[in-house]
Amino acid sequence: MTAEQVVFVLAAVVTLGSALGMVTTRSVFVGALWMIAVFGGVAALFILLGAGFLGIVQILVYIGAIAVLILFAIMLTPRVMGDPNAPRYNRQWPLVAVMASALASLLVALVLRTDWPLAQEGAPTITGFAVELGKGFMTTYILPFEVASVLLLVALIGAIVIAREE
Amino acid sequence: MKPYAVIGAFLVIGLLLPLMTVMAATLLSPRKPNPIKQDIYECGLKTVGETWVQFKVQYYIYALIFVVFDIEVVFLYPWAVAYNQLGLFALVEMLIFAGILLAGLLYAWRKGALSWV
Amino acid sequence: MGTADFVEIVVKSLVIIWALLTGFAYMTWFERRVIARLQSRVGPNRVGPSGLLQPLADGVKLMFKEDIVPAEADRALYLLAPLVAVVPAIMAFAIVPVGPSVTLFGRTIPLHLADMNIALLYFLGLGSLGVYGVVLAGWASNNKYALLGGLRASAQMISYELAMGLAVLSVVMLAGSLSLVDIVNAQAGGRWFILLQPVAFLIFLVTMIAETKRAPFDLPEAEQELVAGFHTEYSGMKFALFFMGEYIAMIAISGVAVSLFLGGWRGPFAEQVPILGVLYFFVKLVAFLFFFVWLRATLPRLRYDRLMHLGWKVLLPLSLANVVVTALAVVARDTGFFGLW
Repeated sequence: MTAEQVVFVLAAVVTLGSALGMVTTRSVFVGALWMIAVFGGVAALFILLGAGFLGIVQILVYIGAIAVLILFAIMLTPRVMGDPNAPRYNRQWPLVAVMASALASLLVALVLRTDWPLAQEGAPTITGFAVELGKGFMTTYILPFEVASVLLLVALIGAIVIAREE
Repeated sequence: MKPYAVIGAFLVIGLLLPLMTVMAATLLSPRKPNPIKQDIYECGLKTVGETWVQFKVQYYIYALIFVVFDIEVVFLYPWAVAYNQLGLFALVEMLIFAGILLAGLLYAWRKGALSWV
Repeated sequence: MGTADFVEIVVKSLVIIWALLTGFAYMTWFERRVIARLQSRVGPNRVGPSGLLQPLADGVKLMFKEDIVPAEADRALYLLAPLVAVVPAIMAFAIVPVGPSVTLFGRTIPLHLADMNIALLYFLGLGSLGVYGVVLAGWASNNKYALLGGLRASAQMISYELAMGLAVLSVVMLAGSLSLVDIVNAQAGGRWFILLQPVAFLIFLVTMIAETKRAPFDLPEAEQELVAGFHTEYSGMKFALFFMGEYIAMIAISGVAVSLFLGGWRGPFAEQVPILGVLYFFVKLVAFLFFFVWLRATLPRLRYDRLMHLGWKVLLPLSLANVVVTALAVVARDTGFFGLW
């Protein structure tokens, strides 16, 4: 195996293992921490694919902002902080099991059926990705760029309205 | 790819430093635990009630606003790097982008979401 | 990558870590001596000449101290927290160029570890990881003071991160690059960005103190109300690791500030004599570190509502305005509006 493959396997194991840790822990707080590890693993995968910009943004936005928000939400909620005697499953688990296995088999089928194109010389590297992205924002993708700001505005106003209601 | 490989190597070496100091200290230091020593520090008293107390909702609101503006800043970075090569048009675009978000900040401000109460 | 490259990376990494460790040790001595001087005291002067061996004595003492873990703590996270506090701080220094390239053993070796084309985003990302050392410590200790300290620290750090990101953004617009190496190169010939971006510099200066949780922004460890904040329950070497994280973060963030605003290693004849460049960098770095200590000795701690007010209602709008003004100025320059520039 090349060094890249070793790192890929490591990152994949971290991602999947943390995801497993997240759904099996009893404490919501610890679950959130596992989720942060998942984000970290995904960031490593982005970087391996040559999209370093996206990898760093993954860390900056998901770990640095969204996960903090989730942790605060957990801290603010009374009585979710891991009652050790709480039941691990609720009554809907058979339904969820069916749904999850259906989704999983669909994904597996898709992965197997797709004819994955393989690059000849390892992953392509995108140099000056940030510059290209910036140019893209100002030319081809100008509408999505501006719509993103409206979306963020709506999210902000909605969040404030909901959070301050009580 | 290369800078990331370097960063990865640095991460491994950088992790070794604190791990080694903690391990060395574990080997060298005495270990005589007793129940009183291992109590939670609270000015000599037992902790009253749960450690976990509910916090102000204000923390959450700050985090919410932070997420929105963090994403804005991330959007602005590629724009700023390419700005030299883009000129006036990019300026107008950014002013619209930032202006919409500024409206959000003003809204939050007017609603008192930015005030610590 | 050949073997030579690999050796180069490992040697550089070790040198950086050694330098940061030594810097940390002597920063504690420096801080105690300077604060003592500012308060008309003498400070540590018994161990070695002028107390220069004091950090060594402290280190040895901490090594032999018992590590007390509270019975109710979450042991795994309790160990993880100091690691998370230290490692991002160390990692941040990887992108800082400390000098021009030197030629050693027939190889041209640039005096920085990694020249990333998105170095500044990497730096901000590490800053956001730094929040977790504090949050984890607060949570894992299972102590009310620690938890409150951790929560305060995380809210403070996210509040000032935005203004810091926007202050850096205006420099990025001038340099047209996110790489610190390019930014230092753009400041060749004394065109330091502190001259072109004084407002961004001031914003960065305030936010870098808030991000490292130093006085007057040291509310997370306000001893009068929170004992020691998030590291109340820590002792021995793990306690020392939190301090290591804080001081290394100060050094790393000062290194970034020097590269962003003070021309990095650049100065007269630095390109001909690389060692001069390293010296310039070091002098500028120490100036920042002195500033940290000076502030601690001068200013009282902020109240929490004032802290939030400053971050959200002063620094954030100001840094946004600065970005807009910079954008206008760059367009004016490129279209020859001023004629002179």
